[in-house]
Amino acid sequence: MTDPKISVTEDELHAYVDNELPAERRGDVEAWLAAHPDDAERVASWRAMAQALHARYDGVANEPVPKRLELERLAQPPRKWLYGTIAASLLAFVAGGGAGWIAHGAAASPSTFQSFTADALDAHRLYVVEVRHPVEVPGSERAHLQAWLTKRCGWDVFAPELGSTGLKLVGGRLLPGPTGPASFLMYESPSGERFTVYTAKASTDKASAETTQMRFTSEANNGALFWADRGVGYVVSGTADRDRLTQVARMVYDQTEKNGG
Amino acid sequence: MSGFRQSVEAMIPALRRYARALARDADIADDLVQDTLVRALRSERLFLGGDIRSWLYTILTNLNKNRRRSLARRPQFMPLHDNNPDASGTEAEGRDIARALATLVEEQRAVLLLVMLEGLSYREVADIQGVPIGTVMSRLARARAHVKAALEGERPALRRVK
Repeated sequence: MTDPKISVTEDELHAYVDNELPAERRGDVEAWLAAHPDDAERVASWRAMAQALHARYDGVANEPVPKRLELERLAQPPRKWLYGTIAASLLAFVAGGGAGWIAHGAAASPSTFQSFTADALDAHRLYVVEVRHPVEVPGSERAHLQAWLTKRCGWDVFAPELGSTGLKLVGGRLLPGPTGPASFLMYESPSGERFTVYTAKASTDKASAETTQMRFTSEANNGALFWADRGVGYVVSGTADRDRLTQVARMVYDQTEKNGG
Repeated sequence: MSGFRQSVEAMIPALRRYARALARDADIADDLVQDTLVRALRSERLFLGGDIRSWLYTILTNLNKNRRRSLARRPQFMPLHDNNPDASGTEAEGRDIARALATLVEEQRAVLLLVMLEGLSYREVADIQGVPIGTVMSRLARARAHVKAALEGERPALRRVK
């Protein structure tokens, strides 16, 4: 038997509560606690704390295990439908990387280009497949569309005439852009081929006079050409056929240029 | 199913409980558990016996540390409301203890939960955190004092009621 007069340390109190104390010392600690109400109160509070933890979190351990944590599932090689998901995220990755690449050597920060082109391609992918409601304002109301988008975006939004390349204005919509509103115009050929023109503020005021060269990025079936003109960024998205895309983008560029940007 | 997998599977409920208390968000917690399981399965052939339970807690604890490190470099998003106040226990009590846990630094919270909630020994926790037992004990003592103060601070009226 250890001498009960040897005072009990705080470490021993913890060890006592956690069953880490050598058995022969337990009796001493119990005697100590009986004589020291402050320490007894601390020990009681730690036990209450453990109870509160179990009361709060044991329910989680008793829940049925969610499907996504089933080992069978986690150990399995990805199924066919999963390949689609993986491919999609790879594409997003490649698109992001591509946007980063095209930004390389440009004046604006890579993140601006990256988010910009990624946003534009996202919008492109989202709306070109839309049959019934691809736009908010139809191309038949071109003047109203331009006036509305110009007012909301704060720069001159101009919907170019692309009839000579076989494209007709489907219409447009307002989108959230990287730094504020963005305008989104859709064009369509008689065969159903769709192009979109996305414009948003390219950067902060500091670089508002910024103008860059045209840059190309592509992923799978979609290609995009990006440039910035006096602080407004343009992304023309459509086919991955670079010559065709360049032809369309060139026309958009020339007309917005003539129009004063 | 192999013995290894069975042992891992048996640990999922406890890992979820630990992760929930550690991360305090149901989705993040299950993400942590999922990553832990994926890593464990991947290392199945590398696992040369030993305590699977401690090993899984080690993986989860480290993943959470890495997560918090990368979070520190990103803007913080606060959940709009307290995710999943658990049904068991009185709700107020549960929230108090969760809020008190939130005030702890990472290593102290892990020690407190591994000892008090998961019932691991000081030795096991020392191995999980890769520190001497003395460090585990001082972290535990500080964590308990801190949580006690936090709980009493929130309910001053109950402080001296016996």
